[in-house]
Amino acid sequence: MASRVIHAIYNDDDVLMAAVKKVKAARHHIEEIYTPFPVHGLDKAMGLAPTRIAITSFLYGCVGLTVAITMMNFIMIQDWPQDIGGKPSFSYLDNMPAFVPIMFELTVFFAAHLMVITFYLRSKLWPFKEAENPDVRTTDDHFLMELAIYDNEKELTELLAETGAVEIKITEKH
Amino acid sequence: MYTFSNRLRTAAFVLMIVGALGLAYGFLTAPSTVDEAMEMVADQHHDEGGHEAAGAHGEESHAGEEHGVAAGLESDAADMLEEPYSEEHGNPHGEHLLHQLQNKPWAALYVAAFFFMMISLGVLAFYAIQRAAQAGWSPVLFRVMEGITAYLLPGALIVFVILLLSGLHLNHLFVWMDPEVVAEDELIQGKSGYLNVPFFLIRALIYIGGWVAYRHFSRKFSIAQDTADDNSNFKKNFRISAAFLVFYLVSESMMAWDWVMSVDPHWFSTLFGWYVFASMFVSGITVIAMVAIYLKSKGYLEYVNDSHIHDLAKFMFGISIFWTYLWFSQFMLIWYSNIPEEVTYFVTRIEDYKLPFFGMLVLNFIFPLLILMNSDYKRLNWFVIMTGIVILIGHYVDVFNMIMPATVGDQWFIGVPEISGVLFFAGLFIYVVFNALTKAPLLAKGNPFVEESRQFHY
Repeated sequence: MASRVIHAIYNDDDVLMAAVKKVKAARHHIEEIYTPFPVHGLDKAMGLAPTRIAITSFLYGCVGLTVAITMMNFIMIQDWPQDIGGKPSFSYLDNMPAFVPIMFELTVFFAAHLMVITFYLRSKLWPFKEAENPDVRTTDDHFLMELAIYDNEKELTELLAETGAVEIKITEKH
Repeated sequence: MYTFSNRLRTAAFVLMIVGALGLAYGFLTAPSTVDEAMEMVADQHHDEGGHEAAGAHGEESHAGEEHGVAAGLESDAADMLEEPYSEEHGNPHGEHLLHQLQNKPWAALYVAAFFFMMISLGVLAFYAIQRAAQAGWSPVLFRVMEGITAYLLPGALIVFVILLLSGLHLNHLFVWMDPEVVAEDELIQGKSGYLNVPFFLIRALIYIGGWVAYRHFSRKFSIAQDTADDNSNFKKNFRISAAFLVFYLVSESMMAWDWVMSVDPHWFSTLFGWYVFASMFVSGITVIAMVAIYLKSKGYLEYVNDSHIHDLAKFMFGISIFWTYLWFSQFMLIWYSNIPEEVTYFVTRIEDYKLPFFGMLVLNFIFPLLILMNSDYKRLNWFVIMTGIVILIGHYVDVFNMIMPATVGDQWFIGVPEISGVLFFAGLFIYVVFNALTKAPLLAKGNPFVEESRQFHY
């Protein structure tokens, strides 16, 4: 891992997209890109793998459904099959329509909340986390591309200057 | 321009001929006397596993007859058709059976006619929504939708003719049209201010007139826009679409009460109109996707890309769930409170129609839910076609479940008349729709959103 990185700053997302394509074409590895808002198609241009968070959400939903069914089957059917207003508590299926609202809500609850928590864990987000922002302007109106330097400082600087960067600086990786 | 391939045209004619022959067979084999009806039931020994007393019906022994009547009464207790029995009916069970068996080919015809009319009406609603919402993705599909809605006029007129024939007492699809039944039924008498034949037919004409008028003018403005210098036709179309949606919302709901809910005149449900709407909407969207994929595979829609199909598949997925939501809301509210006058509707269905009633839930909900959840699958044409076929079968069964229990009761079977009905109307539908597609270019090029739609990418 190189200890020195080059930061190229852009002030337009179209210029950034063109720059990403150029850098990729020159076969340089982009360490990271900081943008103030989602840039449509940036992940594809960078060649990032698609997210699998929807798959985790589906699995969490299955867990939620199982929890709901197991819970209500135990409480309402097995543990104390009491006659409440003539509802048939003989088997789970007999009384299932009454349980569907809870089955639905718990499925959504598990799918949503566990997916959000997964997102936080995978993107390393929590309260009191120290912000990893190399330049405060990237939260406002600037775009920053970070590349690692492997004895090719001059070549990289020239390439990035060609791509329309408004500012190029070389810093130590912290 | 699209040219109707000869193979497809031939296929449509073959479907129509086979269907017509099958329907004719259904009408010819329907019993005309009570004895014939009793014999038919005794012969077939109830394929669908009804009451065991059926065997005794054919014999003339009076004791056996009495028993059969009792069993029939018990299982049909919820069926309001012949209640209360009048004194002069010598054999109420036999009469009842005769009416059910005579209704079979009529109900098969009606279900299929309504189903295909409903698809085209669902497409019209979707089309009007796309226009009123000024959707940027769908204009490349407008001509496909306009082609499908061309079926609305013939389809709705056929339904109207069936309703007219019911009004002329040629069948017993709607018991409230039978003066003998009404004379003894105070509940129907109380509703006769709304449920009477002349008003019923006038209402039907108003609905059909409104839908067909919108379809006619929208299509006219859409074609005029192709060669226009300004957007005035587009704006007119926007306005009439918004107005149509208001009319549609009311007329569709009333149509559902009239044409579908009134076969059970003792029963009512407030969300029934919406439920029928969801069924027609999802079937309509499915047919748009299937026709678009077919035309694309023949090379006629080169500007329709995977993203358009993806969007349609998302609608199929979402509206399938919406349909399930309404189905369940209706079922669960009635099941939960279990009020006798409402719950009979579901009691007959669960007792006599267990497989179609719960089977359609698998076809219409679980199957699309699991298949169309994955984003990649929604872009695969053959996946969309496969799911589309399942959804269409599911919604046919849905209409079947709405009409059949009140008209043929436990004598239902998906046999020659039912399948022939579907084949006949499928043939007619294909012929009318693909014929209409040849009448105009498949790209509505004057639409101000068409370029956005061509570039549409998800």
